[in-house]
Amino acid sequence: MFSGGSQFAVIGVLGGGGVGAGPSAIAGAALLGTRNTLYGMRVKPIVGGGVWTKVVGAWLTIDESTAVSTAQPTLRSARRGFWVTGLTVYLGWNAMTLVGALLGDALGDVRQYGLDAAACAAFLGLLWPRLRSRQPVAVAVAAAVVATVLVPVLAPGLPVLAAAAVAVVVGLTDLFGRRTRTPSDRPAGEDRP
Amino acid sequence: MTTWHIVLLASLACLGLKFAGYLVPASVLERPVAARTANLVTVALLSALIAVQTLGDGMALAVDARVPALGVAAALFALRVPFVVVVIAAAATAALLRALGWAA
Repeated sequence: MFSGGSQFAVIGVLGGGGVGAGPSAIAGAALLGTRNTLYGMRVKPIVGGGVWTKVVGAWLTIDESTAVSTAQPTLRSARRGFWVTGLTVYLGWNAMTLVGALLGDALGDVRQYGLDAAACAAFLGLLWPRLRSRQPVAVAVAAAVVATVLVPVLAPGLPVLAAAAVAVVVGLTDLFGRRTRTPSDRPAGEDRP
Repeated sequence: MTTWHIVLLASLACLGLKFAGYLVPASVLERPVAARTANLVTVALLSALIAVQTLGDGMALAVDARVPALGVAAALFALRVPFVVVVIAAAATAALLRALGWAA
């Protein structure tokens, strides 16, 4: 499993509910992993190569590799961004996971190093470039509110998924979408009869 | 079901979902509704993850050093400071506030 959100979901649910919470841990990880399906659809043309290249590419399809590659101006730099980011994060993430497993108890509380806040900032860094118009900003705010309100109510992992429903509703109805294209994208004089 | 069974099943599910994305025809994303929804789902998931990661404490809500740290991160991203620098600055903010005893 190379997907940080899903890993955190499994750990969070098992940490709270033990092995008995296994099914919801798996469901939480899988539901959080569904965004990688969407990412795969986006980056498949960028990854290039044959079947085996795509198999490895699929494995490396995560928030970071998708965000970096889709932010590039050209296909060449997008492909480079995908592979460099994917491989770097894969090696770094797994090496540090091993270090954590071996030394975890010796480090003490990682909160004293602010590592929990670092995760918040990293997610914000991935979100930031996407907030360029009214519609994604509205969805981001609504999703944050929905997730926060549901934290005390639903099992760990599920508030995030419930927030995704906000995006599906807005996406299908194009709520807030029309204003986004006004006035800059609309040709002058379009409103006049 | 042991912990290893859970980890392996969850891993298979996550990898399978990644492969599924590569098997869906690209034409699906060419429809405006699908492309728009896919983009917005990503935005919603990231935003929700930020909210839960910043305010969540198990199944409770807590306002602690993560909140000012996220504020510092937002200010620095707005100033176009590089990603790695922002992440380190956010961690340092939370660590400092906790070391000084100003925030939990």
